Amino acid sequence: MAVMNMIEAINSGLETMMQRDENVVIMGEDVGYFGGVFRATAGLQEKFGKTRCFDTPISECGIIGAAVGMCAYGLRPVPEIQFADYIYPGMDQLISEAARLRYRSAAEFTAPMTVRSPVGGGIFGGQTHSQSPEAMFTHVSGLKTVIPSTPYDAKGLLIASIEDNDPVLFLEPKRIYNGPFTGYYDNPVSPWSKFPEAEVPEDHYTVPLGKAKIVREGDAVTVLAYGTMVHVAKAVVEEHGINAEVIDLRTLVPVDIETIEQSVKKTGRCLILHEATRTSGFGAELSALVQERCFYHLEAPIERVTGFDTPYPHSLEWAYFPGPVRIGEALEKIVGDLKS
Amino acid sequence: MVDDKRKSNLPPLTLHIPEPKFRPGDVVDYSDLDIPQAGAQARPDINTAPKDMRDMVDDMIRVLDDDHKAVGPWDPKLDDEILLKMLRTMVQVRTFDDRLHRQQRQGKTSFYMKCTGEEATSVAAAMALDADDMCFPSYRQQGILFVRGYPMIEMVNQIFSNKADKLKGRQLPIMYSSSELNFFTVSGNLTTQYPQAVGWAMASASKGDNRIAAAWCGEGSTAEGDFHAAMTFAAVYNAPVIMNVVNNQWAISSFSGFAGAERATFAARGAGYGIAALRVDGNDPLAVYAATSWAAERARTNHGPTLIEHFTYRAEAHSTSDDPTAYRSAQEREEWPLGDPIMRLKRHLIHRGVWSAEQQEQLDAECLEAVKDAVQEAAKNGILGHGLHQPFETMFQDVFEEMPWHLKEQAEQANKEREIKWPS
Repeated sequence: MAVMNMIEAINSGLETMMQRDENVVIMGEDVGYFGGVFRATAGLQEKFGKTRCFDTPISECGIIGAAVGMCAYGLRPVPEIQFADYIYPGMDQLISEAARLRYRSAAEFTAPMTVRSPVGGGIFGGQTHSQSPEAMFTHVSGLKTVIPSTPYDAKGLLIASIEDNDPVLFLEPKRIYNGPFTGYYDNPVSPWSKFPEAEVPEDHYTVPLGKAKIVREGDAVTVLAYGTMVHVAKAVVEEHGINAEVIDLRTLVPVDIETIEQSVKKTGRCLILHEATRTSGFGAELSALVQERCFYHLEAPIERVTGFDTPYPHSLEWAYFPGPVRIGEALEKIVGDLKS
Repeated sequence: MVDDKRKSNLPPLTLHIPEPKFRPGDVVDYSDLDIPQAGAQARPDINTAPKDMRDMVDDMIRVLDDDHKAVGPWDPKLDDEILLKMLRTMVQVRTFDDRLHRQQRQGKTSFYMKCTGEEATSVAAAMALDADDMCFPSYRQQGILFVRGYPMIEMVNQIFSNKADKLKGRQLPIMYSSSELNFFTVSGNLTTQYPQAVGWAMASASKGDNRIAAAWCGEGSTAEGDFHAAMTFAAVYNAPVIMNVVNNQWAISSFSGFAGAERATFAARGAGYGIAALRVDGNDPLAVYAATSWAAERARTNHGPTLIEHFTYRAEAHSTSDDPTAYRSAQEREEWPLGDPIMRLKRHLIHRGVWSAEQQEQLDAECLEAVKDAVQEAAKNGILGHGLHQPFETMFQDVFEEMPWHLKEQAEQANKEREIKWPS
C-alpha cells in the first residue's frame, strides 16, 4: 500500500497496465515527455519508451480515430483528451466508430480503448475547462461511462476499464485530483493523504465496472451521486444531520440498478446530484429509473440538484456550482415531513 | 450596410457559389480538361522527398495510350496472367453491380451502390497490395473483396440481410466487413476510416511489423475534418499508409468544386502536409497498379505515407436512392475523356495478343452466371422484408461484449412483442 492522490493513483494504474500488457499504449496532447498537463502520465514515456506513450497533434478526431485503428490492429490504446470540454471534435469517432464497431461488424472488430478525460469545474477553468458532458455519452449505445471519486477507486476502475473489451469513457473529476472537495469552497482543502481512500495498492487490482458503492449508510433518504458530488453530498448530509444513504454510482453505463433500487425502497426518498447542466442530464435518467422501479415505495417526490442550464461561468463559478445551499434546500424539502 | 466614405469606391463583396460546367441537357465539352499524354510522366525513386516531387500533383500518371499500348516509366510490366486476373475481377465486379442493382429494383433489398467506371481504383489498387495489408475502404471499394477472394454469396447474403448474413442483418447493404481478409468494416459516416487507417499503420510501425494500411475516400469527403486529421497524423508519425482519394467528380449531386477542386487538385492536398502525392488516371488500371505499388514500396521501406488521387468518373447514380439525370448532363459519361477501365484493359490485352472479343464475350457470360448462382443461392437464405431472418436477441448482442441488465430487459420486451406482432 502507498498513499496516493488521485493523479498518482491514475498514473499508477496506467503504469501497472503498461507493465502487464505491451499492447497498452498512451497517446494524447502533452502526455509524452511532459507527462500531461495534470501530470497523469508523468514518467511513463521515460519508463516505457516513445512508442508506448507519446504526444499527438491537437486533433481529438485524429486521436480517437487513430485509436480505433490501433484497436483494429490489436492494441489497447488509452488516449487522453486533455479536457472533456475538448472531446467534441472526436465525438463522431467515439460515437459512430468506437462505440459501434463491435455491433456493426458482428464482433469482427472491437474497440477496447479507454478514453481518459478530466471533467468538472471548481478550478476557475471557465466554460471550456469545466464542463461535465457525461450525459452526452451515457446516451450512446455501446459506450461505457465511468467516473471515480477516490484514489483507490480511480486506479481500480481504470485498470478494469483498460482490461474491458469495450470502449470506456473514463472521466476524472479534476477538482478532486488533489483532495476531496466538500463544496464549501472557502474552506481549506484537505489533501488525499488525510483520508483512508488514499491508501492504494501499488500492484494490480480492479474495482468492477457497473457496481456502485454505498459510501454512507442511512435510512432517511437515498442520495445518488458520482465524482466530486459524492464528497459534497457526504458533507452536506452531515451538516444537516440527516441520516442519508449516499451512493457513489462509479459507473453510469451500465448503472448499478440493483443497489439504487434496494436503497430507495429502503429509504423511500431520493435525491439525485450532478454538477452537469440539468436538462437531459444523467439525473433525468436516474429519476426515471427510480420512479419506474420504486414508485410505490416513494414517500416524497424525487429531487434533482444540478448545475444550471448555462455555460459554466468563470467569475460566478461558485454561484453556478450545485453546492451546500442548493443541496441543503432539496434535502430539507425531501425529508421535511420526517422532522415535523 | 456600413456607410464608410473611405470604402465608397469599392465594388460590393460577392459570394462565390461553385457551379459545375454542365447541367442536364447541356452539350459537354471536356477540351479544358488537361489530360497529359500516356507515358510522359517521370517515375521518381520511391525514397524521393515530397518536396522534390511536387510537380506530380498537377500531372497525371498514365500508362495505357490511345493505341492500347502500355508505355512509359510507370508501366508496371505485369505478366499476362496478372492482367487477365485484373480484367476478370473487374468484369466480375461490374456484373455483380448490375445484377445486384436489379435485385434492389425488384424489391429484394433496400439499397445498393455500384462502382461502375471506378473498378480500377479498387481492383488494381488491391492487386498491388499484399493480401495481409489492411484495407480501410469507403463504400465503393467492393473490388477489394473480389481481389481477395471473398465469396460472392457472402456479399449477397449481406445485401439481402438474410439469415446467413455474417453481420446479422445489422448493416445497410454493401457495408461489408471481413477481418479475415483484412477488410475493415465499412462505415456509413464518411472518411472516419482515414484516421483509423493511419492509427493501424502507426500500430504496425510501432510493432516493427511489415504490413501497411491503405484507405479510400471520395473527393467530396476530403472536406471532412477526419481527412485533415489523418493527413496530419500520417505526416507527423511517418505512418506506412496509402491514402486514396477516388475523385469521381460527383458527391451525390455536388460536383468536386464543393470540395475545392476549382482551385487545386486533390493530390495537391499532400504538398501542404509534406506527404508524397501522386495523381493518377483512375480509369487506367495499369497506372493505378503502378502508383499503388510505388506507394506500397515506399511505405514498406519506412519512407512514409502517400496520397493518391485517382481521377475518374462516377458513371452511374450515387446509389439506388439517387437520380443523376436531375443534376448533371448525361453526355458527361459518354464524353468522359479517360474512357472506361474495363474497355481499356480489354483492348490492351487484345493488343498484346492474349485476348479476343470472343473470349471477352465468354468471360462476360461466365461472370453473369456466377453472379446469378450466388444470388440464387443467397436468396434461399431469405431476402430483406420477407420474414424475420434473425433471432431478436441478435439485435441486442454485440452492443457490448457482455449484455448488461438494461439490454436484457429490452431484449425480453422485443421477444414479447414478437409473439404479439408475429404469432408463430
